[in-house]
Amino acid sequence: MINLATISSEPKILPAHSRLIASDRWDHILARLGVKRGGHRVEPGLYALGRPMPESPVFVSANYSLSFDALRSSLAKIDGYILVLDTKGINVWCAAGKGTFGTDEIVKRVFATQLKEVVTHRKLILPQLGAPGVAAHEVKKRTGFWVEYGPVQAADIPEYLKTHIATPGMRKVNFTLRDRLVLVPVELTHTFLPMLAAAIVFYFIGGWISSLAVIAAVLAGILLFPILLPWIPTHNFSTKGFLLGILAALPFALSPFIRHPDWSWYHRLGQALEFLLAMPAVTAFIALNFTGSTTFTSRSGVKREMFAYIPAMAWTFGTGILLAIIFIIVR
Amino acid sequence: MLNAYLENTLVYDPFLCNGCGMCVDVCPHGTFEMDGRLAVLVRPQNCMECGACQVNCITGAIHVESGVGCASAMIMAALKGQKEVSCGGDESCC
Repeated sequence: MINLATISSEPKILPAHSRLIASDRWDHILARLGVKRGGHRVEPGLYALGRPMPESPVFVSANYSLSFDALRSSLAKIDGYILVLDTKGINVWCAAGKGTFGTDEIVKRVFATQLKEVVTHRKLILPQLGAPGVAAHEVKKRTGFWVEYGPVQAADIPEYLKTHIATPGMRKVNFTLRDRLVLVPVELTHTFLPMLAAAIVFYFIGGWISSLAVIAAVLAGILLFPILLPWIPTHNFSTKGFLLGILAALPFALSPFIRHPDWSWYHRLGQALEFLLAMPAVTAFIALNFTGSTTFTSRSGVKREMFAYIPAMAWTFGTGILLAIIFIIVR
Repeated sequence: MLNAYLENTLVYDPFLCNGCGMCVDVCPHGTFEMDGRLAVLVRPQNCMECGACQVNCITGAIHVESGVGCASAMIMAALKGQKEVSCGGDESCC
């Protein structure tokens, strides 16, 4: 049976393990910190996990290491194949939104890996969150493979495989405190330098209190907002951010009354207003930007928010800064 | 505007539904449910416009203006006057 032609076109199957090792964990930490964004990649292709047979299931994943590792580490004691798509190092959900985790890439990858030679069945198990990029009926038409959408969380796959029916709980995406907390480090990494620069600039404008105010307003948006998100009253992210920003600004607004009893009342009130106007605008803007990290904001809703609140943010921030400048000149 | 997310662009025509149940499977927010052999739009306000139901609906019964609800991507696009780039470009986003 074996001749040169079949040897050269033998399907290439890469090895994969369900156990994560120290270097995987280190890679996850770096990914969560936002170090080398887009650099946490897995080679696209077909992987064998355990000792798969031609009847073993085929799971489809993205070539972002956190996605691929979440899948393989959930498949302990399960023999199967993993078809890794080239999503440019982006997770399943975001890549599906862009279409890189999509119908075309699946079709291309099924043929490139000669999957039909490897397995006897014609079924692909996809993560449910890949669905925005994939038309199941198109994949069937073009490759002969049925697409079956598995659960949202890879951790539910062993349970899912017993019946191949996902419970409503497996189908729903959550946004738990833990889900929100893991997003904080990468945001901190990205804001740290701009925040430091702003803090230094404001030190020369209004001293260390202004410097602290910058840091407080930014941290309220980056750290407190994701943590407190479900408990802050109001529905819109901008108003939630404004509320949190006002809370962060209160101590600063009180400071001139405590520290400068000798100042005239309008000077003290003016400085209080600087903080009460400028700080919530900053926090609200960061809060609005968090929409992209959530699992539930619609595009049309975010757009409505932007049109309604970005002008308010600009006006309050501008007025606060203007007041600060006026008081520097008057002083 | 107390809640910007009450309305969305999801439109469903039950007369075109063939009862395949794909929309129920792919929606991460339980927007659709099966009632006998038809999908029913039970929680329209849950829709986040990801578009999964639309692309997987073989009969074209669902329409939604899908896109990523990411303010920073839209702001960057507006500032640069370019098409939106969410995750995956050189820009950092969600």
